[in-house]
Amino acid sequence: MSRAGGTAAVERAAEETETGTEAGPPAARPLRVRNLTKRFGGLTAVDGASFDVEEGSLTGLIGPNGAGKSTTFDCITGVRRPDGGSVHLYGEEITGLPPYAVAERGLVRTFQIARELKEMTVIENVMLAPKDQRGERLWRSVLPGPRRAVIEQERELRERAWETLEFFEIDHLAEEYAGNLSGGQRKLLELARALLTDPHVLLLDEPLAGVNPVLEEKLLGRIHDLRAEGYTFLLVEHDMDVIMNNCERVIVMHQGRVIADDAPAAIMEDERVIDAYLGANV
Amino acid sequence: MGVSADRLSARLPGGDGALILAVFLALYAGFGLLGVLLGLDANGLASTLQRITFFAAVYALLALALNLQWGYAGLFNIGVAGFMAVGVYTMAMLTAPTDPGTGGLPGLGLPLPVGIVGGMLAAALVGALAALPALRLKADYLAIVTLALSEIIRIVYNSTSLRTFSIAGVDLGTGGSQGLALPTNPINALFYSDARSPASPPTALGEAAFGLFGAAGVQHTTVVDWTYTLVLVVFVWLFYRLLSRVGNSPFGRVLKAIREDELVARSLGKDTGRFKIKTFMLGCALMGLGGILWQGSQSYVSPNNFLPILTFYIFIALIIGGSGSNTGSVIGGALFVGLLFEGPTFVRRLVAQQIPLGDAPDTFVAAVEPLASLDVTPLLAYALGNLASLRFVLAGVVLVYFVQTRPKGLLGHRKEIAASVDLSERPNRPARADGGERR
Ligand SMILES: Nc1ncnc2c1ncn2[C@@H]1O[C@H](COP(=O)(O)OP(=O)(O)OP(=O)(O)O)[C@@H](O)[C@H]1O
Ligand SMILES: [Mg+2]
Repeated sequence: MSRAGGTAAVERAAEETETGTEAGPPAARPLRVRNLTKRFGGLTAVDGASFDVEEGSLTGLIGPNGAGKSTTFDCITGVRRPDGGSVHLYGEEITGLPPYAVAERGLVRTFQIARELKEMTVIENVMLAPKDQRGERLWRSVLPGPRRAVIEQERELRERAWETLEFFEIDHLAEEYAGNLSGGQRKLLELARALLTDPHVLLLDEPLAGVNPVLEEKLLGRIHDLRAEGYTFLLVEHDMDVIMNNCERVIVMHQGRVIADDAPAAIMEDERVIDAYLGANV
Repeated sequence: MGVSADRLSARLPGGDGALILAVFLALYAGFGLLGVLLGLDANGLASTLQRITFFAAVYALLALALNLQWGYAGLFNIGVAGFMAVGVYTMAMLTAPTDPGTGGLPGLGLPLPVGIVGGMLAAALVGALAALPALRLKADYLAIVTLALSEIIRIVYNSTSLRTFSIAGVDLGTGGSQGLALPTNPINALFYSDARSPASPPTALGEAAFGLFGAAGVQHTTVVDWTYTLVLVVFVWLFYRLLSRVGNSPFGRVLKAIREDELVARSLGKDTGRFKIKTFMLGCALMGLGGILWQGSQSYVSPNNFLPILTFYIFIALIIGGSGSNTGSVIGGALFVGLLFEGPTFVRRLVAQQIPLGDAPDTFVAAVEPLASLDVTPLLAYALGNLASLRFVLAGVVLVYFVQTRPKGLLGHRKEIAASVDLSERPNRPARADGGERR
């Protein structure tokens, strides 16, 4: 589907390898996190976390409950202001930027608890997402002449919106209010919505939680399709099998720190990881 | 009120337009009947209906402007009266003659259209001034800031030290508590050769209109007032169209998302603060224009026209109709004026005419005491004699009723789709059987 987004990410990477040196050495990295720290009162939820995400990869981010994964996402996307450290997106520092500015630069996230807009229909939800909509200018959506151009663009977007819903196989729900969707369908909607912003990098916070196995297969299939188109994914997931079977690299967090960052097979063997999970389970 | 008016509008052919028309016809029928019972003549009836329409229209204008802020974007503005005042005063000060006669106040002497646009811009700017710092804080702060600002504005216009003043050699004046003369109503120029004097000979149009309606017993001033009122009705339509366009557009979609879950909108790349500021400023500009159109029917304006109670009334109109719905705003304006604002006055006149009530007792105790001997007349007389307070109580009761039992207003909760095109229209695609090759 959405050719625009997929190829854009690839082109962007290509562009940056050509002009590479300009933005400094790690320019082509979609995401570079260094010493990220976030404290809630006395609790350090993220404690100097550092990691990279490679272009076009599907990277897993795992860790026991409360390890600081969601908080890391919040700090990267500007939902929370980190107390320390830095975040770079394609070499550009985005630390502490407001969420809309981060999203505008091509980094979009989904939420652990789906935040669908309940009183808007599914198609309305996804139509919200595309960037640079002409009609988001007040005067354009009001004045007769410019409004024609707005309507024209809305038609194009509507087409893309329907295609995206078809891609996620929720097009039969297009006119349903999002509040009436099942948990799994909400997750699909969130992902569809995030994709329509034409992102380069997607941070998915437990997109499979509450999704039934059939839908889970489908969703993973979609993620692989998109990755093949050049999107970069960072995926938080509790199901080890999913992580091991789908990610080429896994970052493990524990008590706010990154304790391992390796290929899935190596992670399985890692003493610290086993301890962290065992420790958390006792 | 048990039946949802929303279902009613679905059943009426013509939808919302028909619903609004039906409400107005019902009001006209009601007040027509009251007028006939009161024994009003043709002019009295025409002037009654004009008054109802006029106030219904101005409340509709202001409720629509408030709906944009509160209903669409959830911005809680309880300083509506202040923004109206800024609109009216700025317009008046821009258009007042530079060298007024004795007793007049100096202004900039600009043409009326410039004054009106200036008034709207000023209201929008004051709105931005209030909203810029407040929107950074929690939503409640905007409410506090706007309420305070509206009182500050009124007190400033009331202040003696600004009765006349000069900035950079230009003389200006607000008139203090005595108020300020307003420019001549341009509608007068349609009917009278000298717009400033109804005693002057009528124009050709005036001649024809006065002749036509005069034959039915309708006086000249009623004809002129009705014309002005019809202009207001056209403005209600314009406001309605404008706000429907705002709502049914990508801009309106973002507002809807902000009201539901602002973080979602922000996480999808929408700079929500800018959307809110723009919405707030547009709403304030429309409130300024609403104020100008309202007070434009008068020859002068004073700070007492902009007491906080006015904001309260506009909120009631909006809440009756249902915030979030433009149709609801218009209907709410009409019902508020008909049932709460003008209705009681007419009922009082009718009761006073039909039942000899005698002198109203001075105190509440004196009014209630005779109830012991089953004599309700003194209480009735007391109630009707204190109608202004009674109306206030009535408004409060209605407000409590709606907030308690129908928080979404008469029209119920409306979920209009925010888009400029029909989103259910699916792009054409060949059947799956053809190998799925698309384009
Ligand atoms: N708003 C907050 N205020 C205070 N503490 C918080 C807040 N949000 C998270 N925390 C704490 O920060 C720590 C990290 O939480 P976080 O949600 O990031 O973990 P997580 O790895 O996403 O866990 P899970 O797998 O359960 O989603 C936890 O101890 C949590 O209780
Ligand atoms: Mg989490």
